[in-house]
Amino acid sequence: MSKIGFWLQRIAQLLIVLLLVTFGVSLLLRLIPVDLATILLPVGTEEERDILRNELGFDKGPIGYYLQWLGNFVQGDFGKIYFSGGTEEVSDHLKNAMPRSLLLMVYTQVLALAIAIPLGVLSAYRAGRRADKIISNTLFALSSIPNFAIALLLVIFIGVKFAWLPTLGYAPISDGVWEHFKHMIMPVISLSLGLIATYTRLLRADMIAALREDYVTMAASKGLSDRRILWRHVFRPSSMTLLTSAALSMGGLIGGAIVIESIFATYGVGFEVFAAIAGRQYVALQSTVAVIALFYVFFNLVVDISSGFVDPRTRDRRVNA
Amino acid sequence: MSSLLSIKQMSINFDTPRGSLEAVRGVDIEIPAGMSVGVVGESGSGKTVMCRAAMGLLQGSNVKRSGTVVFDGHELTAMSKEEVRNLFGSGMAMIFQDPMTALNPVRRIGSQLSEGLRVRLGMSKADALARSKELLELVRIPNAAAVLKSFPYQLSGGMRQRVMIAIAIACNPKLLFADEPTTALDVTVQAQILQLLRELREDLKMSMVLVTHDLGVVAGNTDYVAVMYAGEVVEYAPTTKLFADMRMPYTEALLESIPKIDHKSGTRLSMIAGRLPDPTDRGAGCSFAPRCKYAQEKCHKEHPELKQDPDGHQYRCWFPIGEAK
Ligand SMILES: Nc1ncnc2c1ncn2[C@@H]1O[C@H](COP(=O)(O)OP(=O)(O)OP(=O)(O)O)[C@@H](O)[C@H]1O
Ligand code: SF4
Ligand SMILES: [Mg+2]
Repeated sequence: MSKIGFWLQRIAQLLIVLLLVTFGVSLLLRLIPVDLATILLPVGTEEERDILRNELGFDKGPIGYYLQWLGNFVQGDFGKIYFSGGTEEVSDHLKNAMPRSLLLMVYTQVLALAIAIPLGVLSAYRAGRRADKIISNTLFALSSIPNFAIALLLVIFIGVKFAWLPTLGYAPISDGVWEHFKHMIMPVISLSLGLIATYTRLLRADMIAALREDYVTMAASKGLSDRRILWRHVFRPSSMTLLTSAALSMGGLIGGAIVIESIFATYGVGFEVFAAIAGRQYVALQSTVAVIALFYVFFNLVVDISSGFVDPRTRDRRVNA
Repeated sequence: MSSLLSIKQMSINFDTPRGSLEAVRGVDIEIPAGMSVGVVGESGSGKTVMCRAAMGLLQGSNVKRSGTVVFDGHELTAMSKEEVRNLFGSGMAMIFQDPMTALNPVRRIGSQLSEGLRVRLGMSKADALARSKELLELVRIPNAAAVLKSFPYQLSGGMRQRVMIAIAIACNPKLLFADEPTTALDVTVQAQILQLLRELREDLKMSMVLVTHDLGVVAGNTDYVAVMYAGEVVEYAPTTKLFADMRMPYTEALLESIPKIDHKSGTRLSMIAGRLPDPTDRGAGCSFAPRCKYAQEKCHKEHPELKQDPDGHQYRCWFPIGEAK
């Protein structure tokens, strides 16, 4: 019972966060000292603009406008993008962009974790020795290169000079798995290098702390191998920070890979944000940011749930709290 | 009498930012097969370090060790880590000082207890769990089936210590190191745990090293006592002999400092005036000299060697009790 109560409370908290974020964005847009209708319909007549004002709720106060937007948003109407020739649905854009961003995010995370976890465990086990120093220094060097620079280097060498991989565009899985991955490899590598460095560092620090714990010596006194101790006894209690950081970067990768998506013309959600800002499509911007916020909150919830499995202490602490 | 464990000239130094810390200095200890030996001393005297070093459990690049440890015919100090590991569980096992920190917080009691059985004795998962339940019953844990499924934080300190004992005796060790098994517990639980250890020792024919800072604990539970001070063994004798005919001024001070009425948990042996000497800077003379009421000129200048009475009673003092001063 108290468990259900806890989760209801947690979900309510997250909903409130969502409402505050979207309202904040909405308010910011209304505070821009320009006439939004003029921006969206620069060549229309005043009459057409009046219709638009009425349709989007620009004629109402900030709260009225927000409520109208929210009402539409929860029904799946994310608004329109206005062109000189007509309009396009924001939801169509997102339907196109979302799978790209999600896949890019998932591949990036899988690659980053698949490399960072063994490196973190190894460098904690050999802390202060050669392997650790090599790993730490290499990752430090790599993480100090911005990801767009890595992307450009990859494009120049792998894409142009050796022409191994296509430098632009996106291919859905339906075009063939290999074709799909050929387009994903370079963006994924550019995005994951920085994460690998961060994840390795976090895991290494937590594991080194855990290795000093009595329960590790206790496990050794049972006659377990070092490998078993590292993976079964030290890794799990040390992975909370890593888990939290990974969840946060998941949200970040969905909307925040703007530069990489532009370099490789992957056109995911980050690019939609960029395009909305550049084209002053404020309604589209508001809805897209709201969708990104939704993902942030969702991944937060995932961490909450999984942390109970990773560290059972958090489960009861919460219920008792 | 044959020795099960024989420690010769063990010294353990830690490299610290303040210089080399001498935690254990030239310790010789013999654990006769089937016997229980108490190791007594104040907090910081090197008891835990000595036990862990005996089992080869001190890790870290800052540890310098010397001396030899022979267990049951194996010279541990000349063996590889993997070879020594094979002696754990069925040869040697350890109960740790603090039951709050020595169990893995994220794993169920059942998996922590059955793990040794599976890895060391090659039992199947089901067999190991069934045996784990028996072990929990052996250490008198009520409702063993439920405890197997719980996490350490759901158990009281006394329960955790029982679980630790169960883990330690799981593979029927010949020698059990019990590092202050009762210090973190309150008095009534202390007595129960000591009682349990006594019975287990008899039933399983284990030898035991019982570490404590409480001479009172040593009295009913050990055959021999080694008193440690500042990393050295300063007195070694059969327990009855020690209490009947104490030679070392430090042991006497330790006995006098046992809190009599106010015997609450957590009462520490800071009752002897003064403190342990700085372990990174051992002086030239007797380590106890600054606090010793019998100290004389010579004590501050020359380090006393371990002397032995004809009956085997050893002590490290220029002016032992019971001799003309
Ligand atoms: N890993 C380590 N690195 C540096 N110094 C250490 C380390 N472990 C122990 N020491 C030092 O070694 C000395 C002996 O410590 P030890 O834990 O053996 O004392 P103890 O007799 O077990 O005391 P207590 O009754 O508090 O358990 C102390 O000065 C301690 O600070
Ligand atoms: S040698 Fe001297 S100072 Fe040391 S214990 Fe004996 S009498 Fe005391
Ligand atoms: Mg200790």
